[in-house]
Amino acid sequence: MKLYCLSGHPTLPCNVLKFKSTTIMLDCGLDTTSVLNFLPLPLVHSPRLSKLPGWVSKDGTLNLEKELKECAGRVFVDSQPEFCLPEKELLDLSTIDVILISNYHCMMALPYITEHTGFTGTVYATEPTLQIGRLLMEELVNFMERVPKAQSATCWKNKEIQRMLPGPLKDAVDVWTWKRSYSMQEVNSALSKVQLVGYSQKVELFGAVQVSPLSSGYSLGSSNWIIQSHHEKVSYVSGSSLLTTHPQPMDQSSLKNSDVLILTGLTQMPTANPDGMLGEFCSNLAMTIRAGGNVLVPCYSSGVIYDLLECLYQFIESANLGTTPFYFISPVANSSLEFSQIFAEWLCHNKQSKVYLPEPPFPHAELIQTNKLKHYPSIHGDFSSEFRQPCVVFTGHPSLRFGDVVHFMELWGKSSLNTIIFTEPDFSYLDALAPYQPLAMKCVYCPIDTRLNFHQVSKLLKEVQPLHVVCPEQYTQPPLTQSHRSDLMLELQPPPMPYRRCSVLNLPFRRRYERVYIMPELANSLVPSEIKPGISLATVSAVLHSKDNKHTLQSVPKPPPVPPSKKRKRVIEEPPVVLAPKPLLSGAVPLEAFLATLQKHGITEVKVEETADGHILHLQAEDTLIQLEEDGTHIVCDNNEPLVEGQDFPNHSNI
Amino acid sequence: RSCILVSIGGKNIMLDCGMHMGYNDDRRFPDFSYITQNGRLTDFLDCVIISHFHLDHCGALPFMSEMVGYDGPIYMTHPTKAICPILLEDFRKITVDKKGETNFFTSQMIKDCMKKVVPLNLHQTVQVDDELEIKAYYAGHVLGAAMVHIKVGSESVVYTGDYNMTPDRHLGAAWIDKCRPDILISESTYATTIRDSKRCRERDFLKKVHESIERGGKVLIPVFALGRAQELCILLETFWERMNLKAPIYFSTGLTEKANHYYKLFITWTNQKIRKTFVQRNMFEFKHIKAFDRSYADNPGPMVVFATPGMLHAGQSLQIFKKWAGNEKNMVIMPGYCVQGTIGHKILNGQRKLEMEGRSTLDVKLQVEYMSFSAHADAKGIMQLIRMAEPRNMLLVHGEAVKMEFLKGKIEQEFSIDCYMPANGETVTVTTNPSVPVDISLNLLKREMALGGPLPDPKKPRTMHGTLIMKENSLKLVSSEQALKELGLNEHQLRFTCRVQLQDPHSDTDTLHRIYTHLKSVLKGYTIQHLPDGTVMVESIVIKVSSSTEDPNTKVLLLSWSYQEIYIYL
Repeated sequence: MKLYCLSGHPTLPCNVLKFKSTTIMLDCGLDTTSVLNFLPLPLVHSPRLSKLPGWVSKDGTLNLEKELKECAGRVFVDSQPEFCLPEKELLDLSTIDVILISNYHCMMALPYITEHTGFTGTVYATEPTLQIGRLLMEELVNFMERVPKAQSATCWKNKEIQRMLPGPLKDAVDVWTWKRSYSMQEVNSALSKVQLVGYSQKVELFGAVQVSPLSSGYSLGSSNWIIQSHHEKVSYVSGSSLLTTHPQPMDQSSLKNSDVLILTGLTQMPTANPDGMLGEFCSNLAMTIRAGGNVLVPCYSSGVIYDLLECLYQFIESANLGTTPFYFISPVANSSLEFSQIFAEWLCHNKQSKVYLPEPPFPHAELIQTNKLKHYPSIHGDFSSEFRQPCVVFTGHPSLRFGDVVHFMELWGKSSLNTIIFTEPDFSYLDALAPYQPLAMKCVYCPIDTRLNFHQVSKLLKEVQPLHVVCPEQYTQPPLTQSHRSDLMLELQPPPMPYRRCSVLNLPFRRRYERVYIMPELANSLVPSEIKPGISLATVSAVLHSKDNKHTLQSVPKPPPVPPSKKRKRVIEEPPVVLAPKPLLSGAVPLEAFLATLQKHGITEVKVEETADGHILHLQAEDTLIQLEEDGTHIVCDNNEPLVEGQDFPNHSNI
Repeated sequence: RSCILVSIGGKNIMLDCGMHMGYNDDRRFPDFSYITQNGRLTDFLDCVIISHFHLDHCGALPFMSEMVGYDGPIYMTHPTKAICPILLEDFRKITVDKKGETNFFTSQMIKDCMKKVVPLNLHQTVQVDDELEIKAYYAGHVLGAAMVHIKVGSESVVYTGDYNMTPDRHLGAAWIDKCRPDILISESTYATTIRDSKRCRERDFLKKVHESIERGGKVLIPVFALGRAQELCILLETFWERMNLKAPIYFSTGLTEKANHYYKLFITWTNQKIRKTFVQRNMFEFKHIKAFDRSYADNPGPMVVFATPGMLHAGQSLQIFKKWAGNEKNMVIMPGYCVQGTIGHKILNGQRKLEMEGRSTLDVKLQVEYMSFSAHADAKGIMQLIRMAEPRNMLLVHGEAVKMEFLKGKIEQEFSIDCYMPANGETVTVTTNPSVPVDISLNLLKREMALGGPLPDPKKPRTMHGTLIMKENSLKLVSSEQALKELGLNEHQLRFTCRVQLQDPHSDTDTLHRIYTHLKSVLKGYTIQHLPDGTVMVESIVIKVSSSTEDPNTKVLLLSWSYQEIYIYL
């Protein structure tokens, strides 16, 4: 069993597991941190961004002013933002049989994997994962396509040139694999390969392996996966959460007794408490509004935003914000809000019971009904005429490089009354803000990452007791910035097996047994005998049938009766048909009991002679010699019929 | 009504717990004393599964769990769990508050009963205990209707509940995978009907409603609050929109708004089209259909009223029916099946004079139309499901005996499987033939598969030998050598040697060689070897020659074989 690691990002994993004759891809996360190296894509013409100076190396030998721009002391690529794809060279992607998706954030690279690679397999995901994943992809494509950029910068990627560039561009890895966004057509084609699954549904793969998604508690429809055969079990843990937010709670007990547990998607903010962050978010928001400023919340269109809105729903009245407009701007804002209400089965118990009443599970329905929350597909159109300040705007993309958020940065960045509150943990906020510097607006960083922290995960592992743990190398050492915090890493016995991008791990796994089914007819014909207390043996002779990786044992068919022929055949001309079971003998023949049995059969004249290894019995009347030894019996006689049958041997196991 | 008890692999499962709506006495509920005379149901039943929210499938549930007493798990889908208590409460109100009956379950009992419910998701494999697992499939029929696959070890049963194999205006079609159950328990409401296409029926329905409205008549459509009602509402709504009709459409009781809300929240359970477009336009927000008030029934002019319940056995639909029955301009359209004993059943059978409570009679002059909109599978659909699931045995329930008999014949003929149709209270025993799962050592399996070649040859089956070790609950199949090794036993060699004397003047070696050539000529197809150590081997039988000490012409032939070989060659 092997694990191919195609992504180095611990929360956006992409691994391939080869297990029994199947090749299973576990998630295909798209590392979007690469976009931080690019200039923002403004929705309306930005004089500031269009007047940036091109970059020329200090000695003037390198001139890339068309591709690279200097902005606020850093160099950015002036091109459509590109993403860092999972490794494509490590193995042939067309050999992948299935892709298992754990949550909608971890499927963003799907079109790169399933399209134009010869992939012919199936993708498994839950319904919310598919629907919300589709929305996020649609949003991404929309963000890119509505501000098309003609030029595509490639010169800077040249190894020789990249070496000369200032950081962080100089240190960016695998820049040649960076790709622009896919098209909607590719998204649709990729998603048409998705087959929906429900929690705890058992999906058979080619009869060899069974996979099953388990609730992971992180987001709507998010799952961990169990990949097992009858004798081996691999657990794949991706973004999971033990906090009570909106999704169904995490199923922990089903992870027990794994041979290997692949652990990814731990919190990216191990030191930030989500509840504390939520409190800070609310108080900063209220403070800014009261002072007459606007609040900008760059966020994804699904996920934590539901919790933020729920929190605000309770907070608005008490904080006297009843008249403040809340805007949610995204091409998929409406869909995201609507979809969140129809997945009752995937929600936590509290929300489920609301649906039984019947009431919408999320209170944002009421916020919309009372006009406190308004959603718009973009800043163009209705929004521009209905927009009132001061207000709170939720909009994407959290990287601040594309989407409507770019416009609000340009609009509000100059005033210190306004505040930007970062809630998504995927991007470093300083890097995200870099091209907007100098900035007057206040910045508040309240990353809310509900995924498991190190404390929770070590407790979990203690409980489920996997034999081996595989995890990204980042989890085996403390974070670079907090190297003294040995509590911010995984310490296990045996130590976890770390992986990084392009690793190929041999998982410590020996398969010893496989499942076969004995057909009823054969089962009835078996004669078990008890060998030791509680242990019985039976010899089995059967015909093995293997079909679709399922094995059955059937009785040996009886040969058709030989048709009576006129000619007397002296000898059998056919080669022998192996029919009768091959008996198995064990143990030794006890002398006294054997003699008694012989006597019972009327054989009395027995001369016993002791030898080095046992005895020789001379049956004088029959002129037969029987040699009894510890591990063998030899009968020598004159006539053709052997004297005693095997089963007459006392205390002698005929298995 | 449905209430089936299945015993499989030592587990007892109750499938549905329905109520008969034609009766008002004890016969209304299933006879639970049939299950266990003394002792609690909880001890006897491992779980109860409810397929959908219709009262003939769940109506007796609070009676069973709270009045007879059952505390074990009750499984149903989320929509069923949401809607079922409302219908139960509705029914309770009619029975107790209106008819003043006692010995019926209370509101609190319904609530307590629902607390025992464990919600079930589609395709989720629920492990009831270590051995019993259940899995739900989409059944169409009504919102949240499910079929269940019940599995214990290698034995399994599929229970369909009520299902529908053709998608309609608001629900999708039932689907199940090729799970090859030992028994498929299918409803057979429409066992003999092969219904014409849905479009024709819809056109027919709209034509009848339209004609009646045109001549100023009132149309009563008795429905259950949830299910068919929504489909017909969608149908009329779009028709009214298209034809620009003005006659009012009403939907009785406060359930409407609420019922439609359930459809909005459980939109994932409706059909593909509604699910795809729900963000832009929710199909369950009606423009033309308004809430009904009792006083509207006497309003002049045409109108269409949807009223509950569907079989005209009680409640508002019956009240309206009584008011409108005397006018031949009016029409009642029965969109579903009616249980024997209900007024719905009587008028469908052409009865024109009805005996009402209090000895009065009612003349039925209005037009009575039957439109089979209730979403059950027809004969074709049942056959289609059998083809999907490939059961080994078939069991028909929830239908009329004569019709079932016909279908049974058809099933036995087409699929050559046994088909049963037990009456209420009857027990059917079906013997299964389960195979025994065993763990085979990978070494043995791989060796065997390598020897067998890449493709199996049906003419020359290869026999595999191994030893089955039975220890506690594990069954392991390993090679004989490994079995001995694992158990710390030594193999015991048992050999036989037979002396045969014959007269032959040649030397020992010559005699042996002659035997060799002779055997070679008669035993074709066997491996015969002349070994340099002075032995001949036929397969694994050893032949040696030695001269007698007294007479050199008397040769002693030693034939030696091991015990195992007799078994192989004889």
